Amino acid sequence: MLVIKGLKAKVEDKQILNGIDLEIRSGEVHAIMGPNGSGKSTLAHVLSGRPGYEITGGEVTLDGKDLLSLSPEDRARAGVFLAFQYPVEIPGVNNTYFLKAALNAVRKSKGEEELDAMDFLELVKAKLKPLKMDEAMLQRAVNEGFSGGEKKKNEILQMAVLEPKLGILDETDSGLDIDALKVVADGVNALRSKNRSFLVVTHYQRLLDYIVPDQVHVLAKGKIIKTGGKELALELEEKGYGWLTGEKEEAKR
Amino acid sequence: MKAKTQEEPVEKVTSEEYKYGFVTDIEADSAPAGLNEDIIRFISHKKKEPQFLLNWRLKAYGQWLKMKTPEWAFVQYPPIDYQDIVYYSAPKAGPKSLAEVDPEVLKTFEKLGVPMEERAMLAGVAVDAVFDSVSVGTTFKKKLGEMGVIFCSFSEAVQEHPELIEQYLGSVVPYNDNFYATLNSAVFTDGSFCYIPKGVRCPMELSTYFRINAAKTGQFERTLLIADEGAYVSYLEGCTAPMRDENQLHAAVVELVAMKNAEIKYSTVQNWYPGDKEGKGGIYNFVTKRGACRGENSKISWTQVETGSAITWKYPSCILQGDNSVGEFYSVAVVNNMQQADTGTKMIHLGKNTKSTIVSKGISAGKGQNTYRGLVRIQPAAENAHNFTQCDSLLMGDKCGAHTVPYIEVKNNSAKVGHEASTSKIGEDQIFYCQQRGLSKEDAVNLIVNGFCKEVFRKLPMEFAVEAQKLLSVSLEGSVG
Ligand SMILES: Nc1ncnc2c1ncn2[C@@H]1O[C@H](COP(=O)(O)OP(=O)(O)O)[C@@H](O)[C@H]1O
Ligand SMILES: [Mg+2]
Repeated sequence: MLVIKGLKAKVEDKQILNGIDLEIRSGEVHAIMGPNGSGKSTLAHVLSGRPGYEITGGEVTLDGKDLLSLSPEDRARAGVFLAFQYPVEIPGVNNTYFLKAALNAVRKSKGEEELDAMDFLELVKAKLKPLKMDEAMLQRAVNEGFSGGEKKKNEILQMAVLEPKLGILDETDSGLDIDALKVVADGVNALRSKNRSFLVVTHYQRLLDYIVPDQVHVLAKGKIIKTGGKELALELEEKGYGWLTGEKEEAKR
Repeated sequence: MKAKTQEEPVEKVTSEEYKYGFVTDIEADSAPAGLNEDIIRFISHKKKEPQFLLNWRLKAYGQWLKMKTPEWAFVQYPPIDYQDIVYYSAPKAGPKSLAEVDPEVLKTFEKLGVPMEERAMLAGVAVDAVFDSVSVGTTFKKKLGEMGVIFCSFSEAVQEHPELIEQYLGSVVPYNDNFYATLNSAVFTDGSFCYIPKGVRCPMELSTYFRINAAKTGQFERTLLIADEGAYVSYLEGCTAPMRDENQLHAAVVELVAMKNAEIKYSTVQNWYPGDKEGKGGIYNFVTKRGACRGENSKISWTQVETGSAITWKYPSCILQGDNSVGEFYSVAVVNNMQQADTGTKMIHLGKNTKSTIVSKGISAGKGQNTYRGLVRIQPAAENAHNFTQCDSLLMGDKCGAHTVPYIEVKNNSAKVGHEASTSKIGEDQIFYCQQRGLSKEDAVNLIVNGFCKEVFRKLPMEFAVEAQKLLSVSLEGSVG
């Protein structure tokens, strides 16, 4: 499904990604862990086409098609979804309206019929339930005044509605208490299927107790320095990153 | 592998050609260029005006000669040569009904999306369309007439209801009010007149479409709207103008009078030609709009969406005379490219328990300069007056500007006056967030801008809100990728 080969990227003349190789097959969940500043968010942003990054090498394909030449919206329509580390507020724009516009843009690009307001409301309410979100949130402005947890849940709601091929979660666990973490993880797990893959970026092992990955990669200084199974996460939890990066231990949970 | 860049500046989204750029060729029956007493007599004579009106015009002209162009607004433009302006021009054939209207004119309205017959009927809107300086058609007049509502061109009102004109003209904006209003008082050619009698709720939205046409023709519209005791009216004013190479002056005056328990809703969508990317050829829009809440419990609401003009200088205001009267001002002003807008309102509290609300949303793109200028004055007799002002600016790109100039004068200690202001930049991160969910960049910008303007759009009549959103996207959207 997703193939990344030798991906290098710069931000403001600073080389951040130094050649990343990664392959995620259909239905797999891969976790990316690593110290702060190692380039995890950069990878998520480059994959989803955020402006401001210069790709200096490598290639990325989704189902065999070049991803990097697509606009951000075309990547989204092709099935790439990014759950933001810091979800963005859009004042005055109704959450339901936003989500409906997004879904219909995606559907339209696939030649599918657009949903009307009634059908959409039914759909979104069904998706809302398992996330234990209040229906009133649908009528509020996108992320405006949402608590940290509400914002993260809202991201998962959007993902559930848009049903992407590839879900990239950027530190979705950060700022969540244990109950919210479970709800969010359940939401993600409910979306797991043989046709959908996930790239789960996290700083802590905790999330991976709930969303159990097929593979774990350690990113440091813009390179994947180790890959293993789900046990690797536990090992990292115990030992920190220092033994891999050869640097001083960094703050643990 | 080649280096790819994902950078795409916001500015690209904000360039869009003016969509209504075309010119109708109608032979104009014009006065020679220039301004003097003879020209004023010519206008008055052409319009067969009563003596009192000619006298009023001449008084204004005399006053105007002594006045200076105001320079306090945050706008810049070369001096206007008032002797180079044609003060009277009219389509040659004087049509009396729609059937007689020059097909060219009708075609123009079609292009603007104003097919008078069908759309006016369907929308239940009575249209008093002003083409250049002479009204060419009025619909729904009969139905309104049965209720005692007078809705006609200003010239017609001068002929049919001179006593109302004499009573109310200049009673809100006096002939010597300010430079542009005084000029208008001397040379105004036409406009709309509306009178809603006691206790009548006008059953339909009343609307005028304005349009500048003949080259170098200054437009000096005069609108007078009176809601008598207990009356209600919602009035829509909208316009677009054709592409032009020379600046055109537009100095209108609008006077509203609301008597006891009366309510006037006045909504404007303004889309005069803003000039090209260098700012060449746009309309100068110097307007004086003022409403008097003369009676107890009266209410006047101004809602405006300003997307056009090279320069906008406009402060729809309310004089809250009657006790418990209410004034509202809801505004969206957009400037793009080289446009300049200095706009806002004045709320003058005279009566007890008077309330005013000001919500101003300024959007600046390109090299546009947007200034909010607002006065809230609480006079000594205005016990328990309330004002709330909210002033938000949205910047698109970093070559534009937003400025907020509030004046607050409180002469009664019981007053409650609140002011909130914010300036934000349309975020690359907001646009990317929308794109990441599958929306195009254009749709993303529209969505964000519409969200920003929501409180104002909510105040517009439904039909108009849709049109306003379209105009906004025309003004801001562009050729993306
Ligand atoms: N816009 C930017 N300008 C300059 N440096 C940046 C920018 N964005 C990220 N960086 C730098 O890139 C590195 C990787 O950041 P990031 O991908 O956010 O790391 P992570 O998500 O792993 O914590 C950091 O050193 C960060 O300071
Ligand atoms: Mg990060």
